[in-house]
Amino acid sequence: MDFQLSDEQVLLRDTTRSMLSGYDTETRNKVVDTDPGYNPQVWKQLADTGILGLGFDPQESGPLEIMVVLTEIGRRVAPEPVVHGALGPGALIAERGDAEQRKLLDAVAEGDQILAFAHTEPGMRSETGKVTTTAVQQGDSWLLSGRKNPVLAGDRADTLVVSAALPDGGTGLFLIDGSADGLTRRPYRTFDGRRGAQVDLDKTAGTPLGESTDATAAIEHAIIRISSALCAEAVGAMEEALRLTTEYLKTRKQFGVTLNTFQTLTQRAADMYVSLELARSMSLYAAMSISDGNLDPVIAARAKLQIGRSGRHIAQEAIQLHGGIGMTWEYPVGHYAARLTAIEHTLGSSQDQLHVLMDNLDSYDLAKL
Amino acid sequence: MRLALTAEEAAFRDEMRAFFTTEIPADIRERGRAGHSIFPDDIVATQKILNANGLAVPNWPVEWGGKDWTLTQHQIWLDEMQLASVPEPLTFNAKMVGPVIAEFGSQAIKERFLPATANLDIWWCQGFSEPDAGSDLASLRTTAVRDGDSYIVNGQKTWTTLGQYADWIFCLVRTDPQAPKKQAGISFLLFEVNTPGVTMRPIKLIDGGYEVNEVFFSDVRVPADQLVGEENHGWTYAKFLLGNERTGIAGVTRTKVRLAEVKERAKALGALDDPLFAARLAEVENDLLALELTQMRVSSDSADGKPNPASSVLKLRGSQLQQAVTELFVEVAGADALPFEAGEGIASPEWAQHAAPTYLNYRKTSIYGGSNEVQRTIIASTILGL
Repeated sequence: MDFQLSDEQVLLRDTTRSMLSGYDTETRNKVVDTDPGYNPQVWKQLADTGILGLGFDPQESGPLEIMVVLTEIGRRVAPEPVVHGALGPGALIAERGDAEQRKLLDAVAEGDQILAFAHTEPGMRSETGKVTTTAVQQGDSWLLSGRKNPVLAGDRADTLVVSAALPDGGTGLFLIDGSADGLTRRPYRTFDGRRGAQVDLDKTAGTPLGESTDATAAIEHAIIRISSALCAEAVGAMEEALRLTTEYLKTRKQFGVTLNTFQTLTQRAADMYVSLELARSMSLYAAMSISDGNLDPVIAARAKLQIGRSGRHIAQEAIQLHGGIGMTWEYPVGHYAARLTAIEHTLGSSQDQLHVLMDNLDSYDLAKL
Repeated sequence: MRLALTAEEAAFRDEMRAFFTTEIPADIRERGRAGHSIFPDDIVATQKILNANGLAVPNWPVEWGGKDWTLTQHQIWLDEMQLASVPEPLTFNAKMVGPVIAEFGSQAIKERFLPATANLDIWWCQGFSEPDAGSDLASLRTTAVRDGDSYIVNGQKTWTTLGQYADWIFCLVRTDPQAPKKQAGISFLLFEVNTPGVTMRPIKLIDGGYEVNEVFFSDVRVPADQLVGEENHGWTYAKFLLGNERTGIAGVTRTKVRLAEVKERAKALGALDDPLFAARLAEVENDLLALELTQMRVSSDSADGKPNPASSVLKLRGSQLQQAVTELFVEVAGADALPFEAGEGIASPEWAQHAAPTYLNYRKTSIYGGSNEVQRTIIASTILGL
């Protein structure tokens, strides 16, 4: 067992941290409020450091580096769509795409192309369940019809990776050009300041990602990878929310004394720390498992359940221990709460994760890592 | 970063597993698993076997029977012991007084006590808490007054766990009532519990059992050469002891074994098909794995051997989860939890009859070893700087 970052990983962490250091709340709010919803210069810098191509080449660095980077993104609630616009769908193309399709990844890694994984559908209660979007073959081409929502980073994705039911059963994956005929997107902001879209497909031409066969396993892998990245991002957000809270308790005065004089507050901050460390452990577990080549949906569910519980606890307490200032748009802590809430409800809620674990409960006696 | 054990660590785990499951008698382990160890016999017998094989006190200095192990090896030793339901070495000997004597005692005291302590030839009990000194331990009032070659001890201790089996007591006493700080006038004294003037009175607890005691001292004459270290330096030794006590107190693997048993009972009774119950069980399992990983992080941290403040997290969360599992037992038992030691012919199974008393008994875990409020204070001050 070894939980230490390598020297290269420490360097990557520090580089990412300094790259994002310009994101104070005012700057971030301004960026989030104007199109494209992130800072193109930061996006370019992320590309130049190789961050937007992490995990595309199985020979190169991967899950642990993604974890390191995403924790820094979480720490600053940076709005750049690194996971949903690049790494998540990119890994799908890397896993399943043919040589020609994988060339697209160079443009993604260079920051010139944005992707989106269009999988979730209205009324879909489980991310690994059946999709209603259909794909039919006409001659040499495939036509897709259906509604995808929410599609994170779908507001400006150049290429979408779309899941659709295959004629002979199973779920396929298709690449669709963002400007294809029959594709309508309605872009919007999410409550945490990110961007997304509803994407409607009406006999829209798509190319099978790799073979036109069932891609359920690849979809599951994508969800596991994205979950792990989101867990790492949440850990960064929790860390910063707790840091802000402890700073506030040390400096804010009431009744003539600083708030850390009141044990009712410091005891609660200690519980936040416990929640943070448990979340960090599970985030490490998820990333290290993927790094070992173990793409296990149960491990992903374990990590995301803990992140959901810890994230909710820390977000709520961070606001409460700040008092009124924590409710304001101009103060950072509420934005961390919003992001943590969004992460809990992206690609399966805590309750969904619990269902995965419940369904698996009978298959072993002793709970094991 | 690497999740898996190294080949050496895996070999060490296999060695420990083989030892615990073959060298410790099955009946002792079975009673340990069910929570019905025979006191003091099972504890003494086990510790003597462990000690004969050099596995009773690995945390001690090597020259006194300790092992030059990595923190990960220590954790594996503990996990495998708990996995096999082996009664652990007596805390008062192995984790409390032994390390204090080894660190701060004179050569004469070490030679006199350490071998017998490792082998459990002496059963130690702890004389720390007093009626008016619980979490505020330093306000203790038991006095020791020097009289020639002796100290005369007067006062009262309480919550002395398993004192009814003890041969000796290690005791915090006030030797300088005039010291400017209350922490400064305390000493660490050892004496036999059958010394004239010592009275041990058991305290009945809410589960109906006896585990802790009050100890009264009336002009107890203690030879002065049974003082550990220096007079009035006892608080330093006490803090050292309490830091060690927190380490390994989380009981993660023991709780996992208990949780597997709840699951087995629930399955047999069909309770696992109840989604409300299954959800709670799955959540506690997940909580436990998160704690296990946190413990792995702490134990693989290249620390300097000092107690890690993160051990407060382990104690706090570990005790909560130990308690959570006892609650699940009561829920699975249902109405069968109501009869207690009801005798032959009663339909309620024995495990169910013990579920509620165990639940009540385990409320202790968030109080002892530094209450969970004390652990939160340590986290807030030491880690968060509040």
